[in-house]
This record gives sequence, C-alpha cells and structure tokens, in this order.
Amino acid sequence: MTRQISIEGIAKRYPAPGGGETTIFENLWLRVDRGEFVCVIGHSGCGKTTVLNILAGLDQPSEGCVIVDEKEIAGPSLDRAVIFQGHALLPWKTVLGNVAYAVSSRWRRASRAEVEERARRAIATVGLAGSEDKKPSELSGGMKQRVGIARALAIEPKILLMDEPFSALDALTRGTLQEEARRICRETGQTVYMITHDVDEAIYLADRIVLMTNGPMAKIAEIVVNPLPADRRQGEIHHDPNYYALRNHLLDFLVSRSVSFRDDPPAGYDPRNPPIVRLDGGEASRSPAAAIRAA
Amino acid sequence: MTARERLQAPLVSLLLLLVLLAAWHIAVSGGGSAQEMDPEYAKLMGQTATAGKSAMPGPIDVAKTIWGHLKDPFYVKGANDKGIGIQLAYSIGRVAIGFGLAVLFAIPIGFLIGMSPMMNRALNPFIQLMKPVSPLAWMPLALYTIKDSSISAIFVIFICSIWPMLINTAFGVASVRREWLNVARTLEVGPIRRAFTVILPAAAPTILTGMRISIGIAWLVIVAAEMLVGGTGIGYFVWNEWNNLSITNVITSILVIGVVGMVLDQILAQAQRLVTFPE
Ligand SMILES: Nc1ncnc2c1ncn2[C@@H]1O[C@H](COP(=O)(O)OP(=O)(O)OP(=O)(O)O)[C@@H](O)[C@H]1O
Ligand SMILES: [Mg+2]
Repeated sequence: MTRQISIEGIAKRYPAPGGGETTIFENLWLRVDRGEFVCVIGHSGCGKTTVLNILAGLDQPSEGCVIVDEKEIAGPSLDRAVIFQGHALLPWKTVLGNVAYAVSSRWRRASRAEVEERARRAIATVGLAGSEDKKPSELSGGMKQRVGIARALAIEPKILLMDEPFSALDALTRGTLQEEARRICRETGQTVYMITHDVDEAIYLADRIVLMTNGPMAKIAEIVVNPLPADRRQGEIHHDPNYYALRNHLLDFLVSRSVSFRDDPPAGYDPRNPPIVRLDGGEASRSPAAAIRAA
Repeated sequence: MTARERLQAPLVSLLLLLVLLAAWHIAVSGGGSAQEMDPEYAKLMGQTATAGKSAMPGPIDVAKTIWGHLKDPFYVKGANDKGIGIQLAYSIGRVAIGFGLAVLFAIPIGFLIGMSPMMNRALNPFIQLMKPVSPLAWMPLALYTIKDSSISAIFVIFICSIWPMLINTAFGVASVRREWLNVARTLEVGPIRRAFTVILPAAAPTILTGMRISIGIAWLVIVAAEMLVGGTGIGYFVWNEWNNLSITNVITSILVIGVVGMVLDQILAQAQRLVTFPE
C-alpha cells in the first residue's frame, strides 16, 4: 500500500487569555495509506477537529506541514472532501441543488445534463432517490447527513474527511448509515479519516484507530490495528473473539489513560512513531505501550 | 389562528372603518343655527356659518373627489393642474430612481464592509455620522450643486435609502454561517462565484429587510422633498391643494399616499418571502 497522507510534526497554538500561548497539540505525526479507513478517538476539546481542518486545508498549523500525495497542501482542495458535523447543507438549495453545486465545482466545464446525471447517481447511492427536489428543511437528520455524504462522494475525492458524521443521529439510523458508508468506501477504495466519539463505531468502521490524549498538549498515544476480519457485519462484531479485548482497550484509554498518557508518557515514546498496538495475536505482537498497560 | 378568528379580524376591521366614517360624518355635519348672526357676516361666511357646517369635508365629499380623480387620473390642464395619477407617477419615478441607485451603491459596498472587518471599522464612523442626518438637510446642498430640483429630490431619496441597506447588507454578509463558507472553500469555489452562490443567497433575507426599511423611508421623504422643491409630484400636489384650501384633495392625497406606500412595502415583503429559506 502506498502512503497518501503524511502529517509531519504539526502544532496548533492559540493566544492564551492571560497572555502567552496555549498549545493544543504539537509535534504530531501520522501517516495514512491509500484506501485505509482511519478513525480518531479522543475526548472533547483535544484537537481532533483542528487536525481535520488542517487536513482539509481550512486551517493552518502553527508549525509543521501535511503532505498529501507527495505534495505539501496549501489550502482546501477538491481532492479532499469534508463531511461536516451538522451536515452544512445550503438551506436555500434542494437536495439535487446541493449535490449538483459540488459536482459543477468539480467538473466546471460539464454540461448541465451531465452535472445533474452525476448528482442524481450520488443521491441514489446514499438511498435518497426520489427526494431530489426537497429542501434540507424538509429532511430528517439522517437524510440530511446522507445528502452531506452524497455531496462529498459525488466529487470523487481522493480522501474523505469526516467529523463525527453520525453523532447527531439516533442509534438505528446511525447503524444503517455506518453500514452504507463502509460499503461505499470499500467499494470505491476510498481513503477515509474520520473523527468519532463512539467506540463501537470505530471498531466497526476503522482499519486503524488513532487514540488521542486529552488536551492541551494532546498527543497521539497509540495506533490500534483493528483485529476484526474485513468482512465484518455490523450486528455481529460483538461475537468476534477479539471484540471485547479491543473494546476494553479503547474504553480503558478513554477512561484513564487519555490523561495519564499525556502527563506521563511511557519511556521510549516517540511522537514520530507512536506505538502500534495489535490485539489479535500473542504477547509477541504487542507493542511496548500495550505491554506497559498489561503490567 | 382558527378559521373563525381568521374571519373575525376582517369583520372587526370593517366595523371599525364604518364607525370611523360615521364619526367623521357626524363631526363635520354640524346642526347649530345661525339665527343670532349678523346677516351680512353670514352671507360672507357662506354655509360654514349659516348651517353650522364645518370647513372640514365629510367622507362623502372625499369619496366624490376620489371618484373624480379615479375617473381621470392623468389629465394635464397646465403646469399647476395635473391629474393625481401623473403626480403620483412623478413621485414613484423619483423614488424608483433614487432607490435603485442606492441599491447599486449600497449592496456592493455593504458586501465589502461585511467581508472585511478592517473596512467595517474604517467606514463605520462615516456611517454613524451620516445615518442620523435628516435627508432633507441635504436638500440645500443638493440644490446648490445639482441646480435641478427634480434631480435634487432624487438625490435626497438616494441618500436616505442608502443607510438601512448598507448596514443590513454588511450585517447579513458578515454573519453568513462559517460552515457554508467552508463548504465553498473545500469545493475550491472562486471568490466571485462564492459571493453569488453562497454569500448572496445566505444574506438575501437580511438585505431585503434593509431594502424594505429603505423603501419605507424613501416614500416618507419624497412627500416632504417635493413640498420643498415644488413643480411636480404628490408632495407638491398636497402643498398646492393646501394653498388652494382644498382640504378634500389634501385628505384624498393622504389616503393615496398611504395606499401607494403600502403597495411598495408589500412588493418588497413578497420579494423577501421569495428569498427567505427555512433552516
Ligand atoms: N479560535 C480558537 N481560539 C482559541 N482556542 C481554540 C480556537 N478554536 C479551538 N480552540 C481550542 O482548541 C481545542 C481543540 O478544539 P477542537 O475543536 O479541535 O476539539 P475537538 O477535539 O474536535 O473536540 P470535540 O470532540 O468536542 O469536537 C479546544 O480546547 C478549543 O478550546
Ligand atoms: Mg470536533
């Protein structure tokens, strides 16, 4: 697999209220391969959205840079589609209008018919065929989020950036949408960087799960490789023998280690190469960090 | 509102109108006698004194006058005697030109102010200083520099229409939701296309509110402006009829001015409904 995203030592600082600066995070490194689905988990306020906005080009890091496809990014790009938290649909446009707006931005010289055709196809992909002429205010929360997904997918981006796309939905809708998102991303070999608060969502969707400590001075504590089989089914993941080990590991991190790790990182912790944790095999495959936790 | 309440409101309106007309009628058709009056004086004063009749016209007189104007609104019998329709057309034309120029001026500048906090701070003192000035205070300056009474009136309309539109456009543009702008940015939409496809539709309801306030002020001001500059227009008509002591025509004008103002406001209200989006 080839590397697609490389976050190279980025930092973000804001002026602190009493003078000086608050460092949200610094010296942050992360690599994502092409076609990989990465989920980021961390407590509120640790800087997940900030990292995503920097990846999207909507925000600039105070230090460091982000390389995508061998080039340093400079601003937003159609190659990196964002699915915003709270959908961010344009309320004066219809469903079709919203998706077509993205399509016509991507293919500027495309004819009207061509744009509409592509938009309709994207809308059908997320199961909203028939709702093309509705305004966002006439849609349910889940439907709006689907339009957001359709809008992002319609421009055939190289990378999909999602900021808690399903967190505002009820459990049932969330489950369906997760399933659809996973299917679509696997079919198209999409590279995905997704933020979530939901441990089960990360377990179901991610190939690798990035654990961020609390802020300020947040760090990437470790990267957990998902041991579940690639053809996992949503309702059945909790039958997998590795499921509880993984889930407990993630929850332990969120409950206690997200603070202790930041304040007292284990010896040999290298921010450039955060420990990679595999929970499927024996002790041999465990990284130092997992060994420390087990001790 | 229930269907019943919806029906009640116009009924109450109608009732109030009838009461008002009746009160007006009774108030002006006095019943006193003129017996103790010197006959010479009574002759001089005509009916006003002899029958105790008020100088104020009653609703029936006004209705007759309105009917007369409606039958032939566009007559021209010399410079000082033109139909009320023509006078109204002059006024509406001036308001349309002054207001239209103000739109062309205020909306781009409002965009500029709304998009740049620096420009906002730089231009704010001027706006704060100019906004509270009565537009009529500009009249002498306009007459002096432009030397044409009709264009001066248009200029005054222009000046008074600008401020609400400028302020509302700037506010509407500045408060476009960040996430909508970010959508445009991630789609690599250029600044011009972004202004027309995101900022303008998002700010349109606020801009239309400003335009609605402006047209209201413009219609208030045109009457006063035309009283000052004279010549043509509904404001001049009112003043002329006052000089002719034709109170009937003055009352008619008041009603007509009200109706036109209401129509102008409703046109913009309709436009506002068209651009308003539910969230
Ligand atoms: N403009 C700003 N000025 C100062 N501090 C800011 C600014 N924007 C964000 N922050 C701080 O940066 C930190 C990270 O914010 P961010 O939105 O990235 O958090 P997050 O991890 O996405 O949280 P959540 O899970 O709640 O969405 C927060 O502590 C926030 O207070
Ligand atoms: Mg966030």
